[in-house]
Amino acid sequence: MKISRRAFLGSSAAAGGGLIIGFSLLHHFEAAHDNHAPEDPFDAWVQINPDNSSQIVLAQSEMGQGVFTALPMIVADEADLDWSRVQVVQSDLSRDTGGSGSVIGNYMPLRRAGATVRALMIAAAAKSWNVPEAECATAKSEVSHIASGKKATYGALVGQARRLPIPEPTRLLLKNARQYNLIGHATSHLDIPDKCTGKTRFGLDVRLPGMVYAVIARCPTFGGTAASFDASRALTTPGVLQVFEIPARGYRVFTAGGVVVIATSTWAAIQGRNALKITWNQGPHAHESTEQLRMQMRQSLEGSPSWSSELHGPDPDTIPAATRIETVYEFPFVAHACMEPMNITMHLQGDKCETWCPSQCASISRTVIAKELGLPESAVTVHTTFMGGGFGRRFQYDFQTEAAQIARHVSTPVQLVWTREDDMTHDFYRPTGMRRMRGAVDEQGRIVAWSDYLVDTAIGAFWSQPGKWKPSGDELPGELIYPIPHIRTSFTLAQSAVPRAWWRSVESSFNVGAVEAFVDELAHAAKLDPYQFRRHLLELPPIPKKKPSSGQKPFDPQRLIAVLDLAARKGDWSKPLRPGRGRGIACTSVYAYLAQVAEVTIEQDTIHVDRLVTVVDCGQVINPNGARAQLEGGALFSLSAILKEAITIENGAVQQQNFNAYDVLRFPDAPKLETWFIESHDDPHGLGEAAVGLTAPAVANAIFAATGKRLRKFPLRLDEATS
Amino acid sequence: MPQFALEINGRFHTVNAEADMPLLWVLRDLLQLTGTKYGCGIAMCGACTVHLDGQATRSCQTAVQSAVGHKIVTIEGLGTDRLHPVQEAWIEEQVPQCGYCQSGQIMTAAAFLATNHAPTDAQIDDAMAGNICRCATYFRMRKAIHRAAQEMHS
Repeated sequence: MKISRRAFLGSSAAAGGGLIIGFSLLHHFEAAHDNHAPEDPFDAWVQINPDNSSQIVLAQSEMGQGVFTALPMIVADEADLDWSRVQVVQSDLSRDTGGSGSVIGNYMPLRRAGATVRALMIAAAAKSWNVPEAECATAKSEVSHIASGKKATYGALVGQARRLPIPEPTRLLLKNARQYNLIGHATSHLDIPDKCTGKTRFGLDVRLPGMVYAVIARCPTFGGTAASFDASRALTTPGVLQVFEIPARGYRVFTAGGVVVIATSTWAAIQGRNALKITWNQGPHAHESTEQLRMQMRQSLEGSPSWSSELHGPDPDTIPAATRIETVYEFPFVAHACMEPMNITMHLQGDKCETWCPSQCASISRTVIAKELGLPESAVTVHTTFMGGGFGRRFQYDFQTEAAQIARHVSTPVQLVWTREDDMTHDFYRPTGMRRMRGAVDEQGRIVAWSDYLVDTAIGAFWSQPGKWKPSGDELPGELIYPIPHIRTSFTLAQSAVPRAWWRSVESSFNVGAVEAFVDELAHAAKLDPYQFRRHLLELPPIPKKKPSSGQKPFDPQRLIAVLDLAARKGDWSKPLRPGRGRGIACTSVYAYLAQVAEVTIEQDTIHVDRLVTVVDCGQVINPNGARAQLEGGALFSLSAILKEAITIENGAVQQQNFNAYDVLRFPDAPKLETWFIESHDDPHGLGEAAVGLTAPAVANAIFAATGKRLRKFPLRLDEATS
Repeated sequence: MPQFALEINGRFHTVNAEADMPLLWVLRDLLQLTGTKYGCGIAMCGACTVHLDGQATRSCQTAVQSAVGHKIVTIEGLGTDRLHPVQEAWIEEQVPQCGYCQSGQIMTAAAFLATNHAPTDAQIDDAMAGNICRCATYFRMRKAIHRAAQEMHS
């Protein structure tokens, strides 16, 4: 850790005369103070104002996951700021916000930034009072000297603090967990009041003088283009100003191109688009369909895999065992369907571009826009807006590219609006796949053999040159938390032209699901209780890893056992339920240590999930309020997918256009949620995606407990059960 | 282009619009009242919910001409001097995550609670079934509706 000493004391001419400590989030920590808001490499800063208020400016994007509150809490706690006087500001150039990484990656940089503020304030006070620093204490933006009773607010100390050198990071005193007064305490989200009064400005709410609106008619078939179009009726539609074509763009941004309608309102633009007559050239993928994909995947499962893990010892399928079973699971494409459809507002004036961009990464948005416009990045200003959901969809750069193409044709600010239909039919979908699981349990209740053959439309293959891609990382069936001596994992790619990318929890959404559902099947096949079966397996001596994963703490089965035990207890695992009701259990160590008990009722042909009890050990919880919200939201995002959602393909196009055909979880489907945390001061884990993988197996296992039927095809339908 | 006088949040606004332009876009694009959200355009998600004479109404399916003569209330006008009890309960229960659907959720809940003093869970589920939340804050919303009902009618 190197502290930058490039920055030096500035003049007092700074606006408001505040003290600014700049630092950089993620991966490294550098700090400097100056009278100006820091430039790169700083993407965050804390400013102490003479009136003793403070501002924390952060580069992470807020899309409902609570970083806008959780990250400032970390700084404010270490700095001993008066939380009631902290204002949080979104900095323009947001960095990557995804992968549940905001808290994990920023925990130490934020703590050190806060501790730097506190150290400077103490040094300034001690110097002016001529007392030892060790005799000074801080609380609520105030330094006090206990013996003399002297007190000074941070605001009053700003002038002196500005003249002091930044302390070496090695000399910074970080709090211990007992000293936290914000971290670990449930704190109201700072952005919630405005979200209840309609004041929050999302991307679609940007309004600029003279602004016009754009919609694009894109070819419904992936890879198709407009062969010809007739805009005459569109151009006579009231409010329509312009119609023009933009070409598709390939790798990295993957836009469909299409015919753009510019109008004075969103409505007029949509009406203009409806009046277009377009002849599409369907392109090379018009034959693709869900049925064709399923057939392809079934054939692959019957043939030899294109990739298999190395076998060290006998073939798992030939290990002698008391119980052996084989099953096939299937999962569909699913859409992100953020409540706020994709959109962006842009104003190109000569060689300067300003954009209001609801993106999980403004810095890459800037790169992409600059490239499309042929401008240097410094000519592009990106304002990050609040986002009506992200879930990974806003980690894409298609709408930014389209807006840049459009802005070239328009002299005023322009808002590109994706209608719900556009958003649903031109998403980057969670992959679809099938997987065949084979396993064997011995007479002592140990899983002795495991083979997992996954066939899916892996994300990486969409993002690579044909033939140049090899599956890696989480695209392959992952390492198991249970010690199993004989394992083989295999993979074959299913060919598809449907765009795929990151969807909340990415591959975990089907990896954890298949593993934990199959473990349940093995438990029942061996006539063992699924909770005790897992517990017993986790107590077995671990099998040494050939390659220990670097940087990460090794998996600790005892932490998972503690979580599993509490879930079983809080979820009333041993209490009987009436016929037609059932409980399922599942656990995982992906993202954090989690276990969940689902309780379901089956009435005629409907599955109703009554209750989800989730237990997590995620290390130090920053904001229990937000952490709970993320676990609740993650579990129900998953429940929505596994009960309702499927994107199907016909003629190379998505069949579902809107929420009438793509049903999602609604109020009557929402179960009672109980969330419990194991107290821990270990390094924090991110929770945005943690619960997503877990709910699928917990619910599927509960349905089996209630009905004796195994549902293996998602979304779960009782009439597709196999017993 | 025809002209319409609309009473929105207790004030009259005159707009020039096509007669069939949905109230949603009149509010958002012509009057800059962006608290009312676009989510689906086909009355399937509830994000655009406003009150027409106190009734929860999908503004994406309400032509501007049919809104004339009705008292329109949007999220911006729900709490006037102070927050509406539903808004207060939403803050108290820390409901919103991304927050995009919440204007519509709050408007639906406020209209529902105006006539239902002590709703059951089942009645709440039924009244709110037309409003989607992709962050799935349903469980907290249910708690907030019970809280607001008590506040409004006790």
